[in-house]
Amino acid sequence: MAMKIELGRRYRFAASHRLHTDKVSEEENVRIFGKCANPYGHGHNYVLEISVSGDLDPATGMIANLADLDSFVERQVLEAFDHRSLNEDVPAFRETVPTTENLCIEIFERLRSFPQAKLERVRVQETSNNSFEYSGG
Amino acid sequence: MVLITRKIEFSASHLYHNPALSPEENRRVFGKCNNPHGHGHNYTLEVTVAGEPDPVTGMVLDLKELKDILEREIMRRMDHRFLNYEVAELKGQIPTCENIARVIWELLDPKITQGKLHRVRLYESADLFADCYRNGAC
Repeated sequence: MAMKIELGRRYRFAASHRLHTDKVSEEENVRIFGKCANPYGHGHNYVLEISVSGDLDPATGMIANLADLDSFVERQVLEAFDHRSLNEDVPAFRETVPTTENLCIEIFERLRSFPQAKLERVRVQETSNNSFEYSGG
Repeated sequence: MVLITRKIEFSASHLYHNPALSPEENRRVFGKCNNPHGHGHNYTLEVTVAGEPDPVTGMVLDLKELKDILEREIMRRMDHRFLNYEVAELKGQIPTCENIARVIWELLDPKITQGKLHRVRLYESADLFADCYRNGAC
């Protein structure tokens, strides 16, 4: 085929986080992370956008069945992240700072095994002014 | 290289049905989209063209010309149409977002002669879209 086709899908989840690392002093934490180092944390309405690629199934005209993609993302990401504290409830962020950069990487790793299509990209919008993308390398 | 993007919106109806499958299979695979009377969407199409700005006009291509191409090739063909029955290029195919985006790419690519078609992004809703790129370009 002369062109490459990707399917894009958006999901939403709300979660809290706190940017803080034990590797530096409290003063350094405040200097680096500013308001995001508040010990009680704060939250965002995250928008997750994922793109998958693959051949169109001639029987369905689809790269991947949307219901299968939705349930995979629900199981792998949304159930674990939505209305959670990323620091407390997601094991990957016990030691790693849950910046949205790291969140993109964690989500990519959780979704890369989607069996019906190739995961191309994960884009996470933290607010309407900040977004982050990861393509696996 | 500079990318320029033009956005248009059109409204159309469609349904998903594959006559090679049983009615039960059609319902299982396509769900609500298999309703025989069809349903519709407000589609948003973003067309991105890549090129170098012309030294005289400063333009990759004249947006007015792109607007005319989109009117002729897409709006007249798809706006307020039933995609399964009224768009010849989609006959015999399931008019998924992926397939419509592919047909749009095939219609526009030969018509864009100043600059090169870079991406077609078609939104079926704010949360579902398909992207087409030239193979090997990304």
